[in-house]
Amino acid sequence: MSTTRRDFIKSASLAGAAATASGWSGGLVLPSAVVEQSDSFLKDLCLSALDAARSAGATYADVRIVNIRDQSVAASENRVTEISDNETFGVGVRVLARGAWGYAASRHVTRQECQRLAGQAVNQAVANARAVSTPVELALVDAYPDGTWRSPIRRDPFRVPMEDKIDLLLAANARALSVNRVQFVNSSMLFVRQRTTFASTEGSIIQQTVYRTAPQMTITAVASDSRNSQSRESVEVAPMGLGYEHVEAANLEERAVEWAEEAVEKLSATPVEPGVYDLILDPTNLFLTIHETIGHATELDRALGFEANYAGTSFLAPPADVIDKLQYGPEFMNVIGDRTQEGALATVGWDDEGVPADSWAIVRDGIFVDYQTTREQVRWISGLTGVTMSHGCSLASSWDSVQLQRMPNISLMPGEDDHVLDDLITATDRGILVTGHGSYGIDQQRSNFQFGGQVFYEVRGGQVGRMLKDVAYKGRTLDFWNSMDMLGGPRSYFIGGTTGDLKGQPAQAHATSHGCPPARFRQVEVINTAS
Amino acid sequence: MPDYFTEAEARDLCDQILARSTVDAAAVTVSSGSDGFTRFARSEIATSGEVLRAEARVTSRIGDRSASVRWNDLGSAAIQQTVSHSEELARIAPEDPQSLPLLGPQEYVQNEAFFAATEELDAERRADVILAVIEPAAAADLVAAGFLERTVGSRAVANTNGLFAYHNSTAASYTTTIRTPDGTGSGWAGTTHSDWMSMVSPADLAAQAIDKARASQDAEEIVPGPFTVVLEPTAVGNLISLMRTAFDARVADEGRSFFSQPGGGNKAGEVVMDERLTLLSDPVDPDLLTCPFASDGWPLSRTVWIEDGVLTNLAYSRYWAQQQSRDPVAVGGGMKLTGGDGTTADLIGTVERGILVTRFWYIRPVDQRRLLYTGITRDGTFLIEGGQVTRPVKNLRFNESLMSMLNKVEAIGSAVRIVASEAGGIGEPVVVPPLVVQDFHFTSVSDAV
Repeated sequence: MSTTRRDFIKSASLAGAAATASGWSGGLVLPSAVVEQSDSFLKDLCLSALDAARSAGATYADVRIVNIRDQSVAASENRVTEISDNETFGVGVRVLARGAWGYAASRHVTRQECQRLAGQAVNQAVANARAVSTPVELALVDAYPDGTWRSPIRRDPFRVPMEDKIDLLLAANARALSVNRVQFVNSSMLFVRQRTTFASTEGSIIQQTVYRTAPQMTITAVASDSRNSQSRESVEVAPMGLGYEHVEAANLEERAVEWAEEAVEKLSATPVEPGVYDLILDPTNLFLTIHETIGHATELDRALGFEANYAGTSFLAPPADVIDKLQYGPEFMNVIGDRTQEGALATVGWDDEGVPADSWAIVRDGIFVDYQTTREQVRWISGLTGVTMSHGCSLASSWDSVQLQRMPNISLMPGEDDHVLDDLITATDRGILVTGHGSYGIDQQRSNFQFGGQVFYEVRGGQVGRMLKDVAYKGRTLDFWNSMDMLGGPRSYFIGGTTGDLKGQPAQAHATSHGCPPARFRQVEVINTAS
Repeated sequence: MPDYFTEAEARDLCDQILARSTVDAAAVTVSSGSDGFTRFARSEIATSGEVLRAEARVTSRIGDRSASVRWNDLGSAAIQQTVSHSEELARIAPEDPQSLPLLGPQEYVQNEAFFAATEELDAERRADVILAVIEPAAAADLVAAGFLERTVGSRAVANTNGLFAYHNSTAASYTTTIRTPDGTGSGWAGTTHSDWMSMVSPADLAAQAIDKARASQDAEEIVPGPFTVVLEPTAVGNLISLMRTAFDARVADEGRSFFSQPGGGNKAGEVVMDERLTLLSDPVDPDLLTCPFASDGWPLSRTVWIEDGVLTNLAYSRYWAQQQSRDPVAVGGGMKLTGGDGTTADLIGTVERGILVTRFWYIRPVDQRRLLYTGITRDGTFLIEGGQVTRPVKNLRFNESLMSMLNKVEAIGSAVRIVASEAGGIGEPVVVPPLVVQDFHFTSVSDAV
């Protein structure tokens, strides 16, 4: 990874977003037990759980006390359909004993319960050890005895008056409904704040507060004979690890009319002629393609078979056959994994086993070079990569979920030629421009895919032409990426994100971001989904 | 003491919450329980967990204004603060012209969905059961992965209009994927029920997945296109479970659903699928055994959505039912598709040339209005020739409308309870038969195993 690219990620923050390092703050709209607890009290509870785990025979233990506040406001047409404000609080203790894992969690955050959980987790580990022949070994990690981190928010969404949120959604809906043929408008805002006190027997005690903000609109136009309806989602507005300033910057009210007009235009769009086209993928589409074809494929737990029963395995296996060998794409293709981009959803100070946020190359100059890892996984590939520390990809969705390897921000670095979307269009003789993400499907080894979008335009002779509909592009991951021949530059870099990525059993939802510029792919197969 | 609220405890908690209400009306839901799971992969236990949980949700109402708060610190101080907070939010909420008064006391069907054998699946017992799959797989030089989950819990609903409902239940799910060490073969099997004793035994589960893993090695590529398929019950359930949301009457009446009638209204009374098939929900069906009330306390009972191919019911919210001058119909009570007799093997014997599908993966909507989905086969896809499974084929992507599929049915087997969710855990109960379907649209080939 060149210094230039690292610098790009470090500086790719949203304007004015500044990271602050502070502990938990009080003054919530919704008071609860967690707010009453002092930092030192929570840390003390963690330490008592760790002591109990050690006493019960654990060779390693970590504990997470987690408080999640989430608030959602939703409106349909001129009605507010939901106002909800929720908070959960609980503790989970994970242990290693006899080389096996155990995990116990409870909503009762007391000293007695923390100690009971530690004992229960050790008992589980002992039971599990009967079916463990390869004892777990953890990569080294430094101790962080007083770590703190907070998402770089500028305006706390939980301090913004509810009236303002309601007014904003109803005003945006009214603007969309002012467009003829628009009959249904759903808009919403979701805010999440997750506060975690983490401690481990490695000597770390870390307190983090992570925010997520997700404004969203779906506008539906219905044909006069009601035989056709088409929707346009606000795909240009990604969920982000930011505060209410992200809602303000989204400018839903202003953009609602444009989205509404596009929903109406989709009613009379031209059905796509199936065939092979050059595709220009806007970042609002490409980010999810990166998620599916690079993000999931480079999860080491998949490649090693740990997710075989649900999320699947990976075509990128075995590691010895692909690391530093496999040509993922053209030489100008560089992909990083990171948990450091400001405002991105998977950005943190430390992961859920106390590993500091990292930024590393996944694909360098077109060659696959490394996977996503947790402490447990490092030893499986360190002989191939030379990397002896975890990349910090351990995460649990809440106190009631055990940690597993989850996707960091996986981003396609912009090209050195500072192209923008118009440059890609101008250079294309016969193609299709795809904006926004639609129906996304891919096989369990992350190769065969079929991806849709929100809005499609014909590109002819370097110009954007008619709007098309019923477009999906399909292919195989490596063929697809190796067909990439143009890439946007830093000016056209966009951070998209998803908050509903499921993995693990029981399934856990995860939020992660993917930065990318627009890109062009040559001779990709396009189908008409209506035929 | 059980790890969930008994009826008396749930009623007491609901009363405590509602007693704090100072506004026109309030409703509360309470859920509690303990969840346990163990995962295995690479023929070893990977992780496990035990979670003790409980939470409540209160909705405060002031005239036609309402707001909700969900929380899990159920001590008296937090209850007071939370109810007050929900009332503050309700005062801010705009009036909702579609708001209806809270329900009064209701009558509910009774079912016994709590089973001791399921409750007893602790970490030690789960390890035993997992070894019963890992060991035969290892003996066959195969690699086992899987997931065993059990839940024990209760739900309660109450409101200031005198309604109270309570239900406790258990459920378990056990799935395994067994693969060849070289990754060229993969087989899956799964079982789920409220009662552990009604589930497929671990030995049989292992045998099913082992057979498929072996038989699926070195699959050949076939040219995609329309094929006659034998869909095993799990594959049918993967698809049928997606229909749950399609029965919304309002969405249909407003022109946004497969069940919309061109020009307005819906298709109730019309033949919408093969006339041998019936699709229903029923909380007291011994293979479904679901909670007999909806989140607002509305009673759930046997509802036939499609009878002998005819759309007989759509789901009506209380508001939409009032607008349409009819009774509400809530979604719930699992899903059961019936209409035939026989096993998957029986159906295979009727097919001259076709493809046997074990299950589907990553099913995503392409066009909700047409119930058009795309997805891919997984963990056991085979060619059928002359009524016999002859060889494995590579996995295939499909693009198919569910209702189109249900109008191309050749043969129907006996309905069985299956693990319908792709995540392999405990979900809404689904009971479906294997089906033979003509002209199922496969569009591309996958190398994934």
